[in-house]
Amino acid sequence: MSDLTAEGGHGAVPTGPEVPVEPGAATTRRDWPLYEVFVRGKRGLNHVHVGSLHAPDEEMAVHAARDLYTRRNEGVSIWVVRAADITASSPDEKDPMFTPSGDKVYRHPTFYEIPENVPHM
Amino acid sequence: MHEETVYDALDSAHGGEGQWAFGTGFDEPLAGVDTTVPDGIDPADLGEYCLMLGDDALVLAQRLTEWMTAARELEEEVAFGNTALDLLGQARLLLARAGSVGVLGRSRERATPSIPDEDALAYFRDPDEFRCTALVAAPGGDFGQTMVRLLAASTLRLAVFTRLRDSRDPVLAAIAAKGVHELTYHRDHAARWVLRLGDGTPESHRRAQAGVDAVWPLLADVFSATDVERRLVAAGVAVDPAATRSEVTAVLTQVLGQATLRVPEWPADVPPRGRVGEHSPDLTALLATLQGLARQHPAATW
Repeated sequence: MSDLTAEGGHGAVPTGPEVPVEPGAATTRRDWPLYEVFVRGKRGLNHVHVGSLHAPDEEMAVHAARDLYTRRNEGVSIWVVRAADITASSPDEKDPMFTPSGDKVYRHPTFYEIPENVPHM
Repeated sequence: MHEETVYDALDSAHGGEGQWAFGTGFDEPLAGVDTTVPDGIDPADLGEYCLMLGDDALVLAQRLTEWMTAARELEEEVAFGNTALDLLGQARLLLARAGSVGVLGRSRERATPSIPDEDALAYFRDPDEFRCTALVAAPGGDFGQTMVRLLAASTLRLAVFTRLRDSRDPVLAAIAAKGVHELTYHRDHAARWVLRLGDGTPESHRRAQAGVDAVWPLLADVFSATDVERRLVAAGVAVDPAATRSEVTAVLTQVLGQATLRVPEWPADVPPRGRVGEHSPDLTALLATLQGLARQHPAATW
């Protein structure tokens, strides 16, 4: 049975002794950790996840993100974070995690009138 | 309208003016810009100076483009492409400026009238008409040497462009002001890589040092001004390359020191070579690649 290594935006990549891996070819790639990239656009208020990349360290990851994800004038700010440092909810827990909120319509703000001078709502 | 081939359709989509050797849908780089030469500036000198700066950018862009499909990491390949495109943009503006003052060399003898000046200059000049230095024309070597050369070339160019923003030629000053942002990033990117390679593994250190040793002799003529530059410096148009020496050597010494790389002895100044059209066969080979298509199919459209 192969181990499943979740590599962020690249999805689950099967690895293990029975999966043929070209010797050497993949090692450079694996030496460089995966980073997730978040970019804030000119009009955006939040940093939005735009993709992932490999880089030797954090500083070069910002440079690579600039070159890969902002070359069409998309952004004014970049965050990068190691994919391995992200703790994510498990797909197995999807139902207990998210279904209980499905029928709680009273939690939505649709029953309130929003004052006109409240921005960004 | 019915098109015979998909290429006709592409050409038609761009108004039927597409030049396939250099792509379609480009605007004239100096469109809408007042290209009048201010009083007291010799247009021939100004054009010649624009060729020097433009050819440096064009040829270094071509050297970086050689990494396309060959870089070990996709991320770094895109970085090379971005840097090359920045430099190509600078080359377009500068060659167009040279053309706007009538400095076209013998290119117009070969280029058909429909080919714009910038393309005539890029594709239809022979090596002896190019004005780039050996620092940008020399083969790139491995990744380490490529980064050392990019560090040296962008440090020098940034020092020139920073001062060129005060040029009496408003077009040149505007080109420099735009280029400073691009070159600042190029220098920063190259410096970060030189730091990591020099202060990395024994193998990366060895290769980076070999790159430094290969690049340093190319600095022999970069601080030597031509007669054209001297006249333009006096007219308040150009930057004396010698005036950038202390800044350039300080930056390079600092980066190499931090990267634990040995700074070789600085080469003794020699008179300008590339700036007056004296090049090694390396440039001839580079131009054969750069110009071959446009020369075999001049003004062909797609």
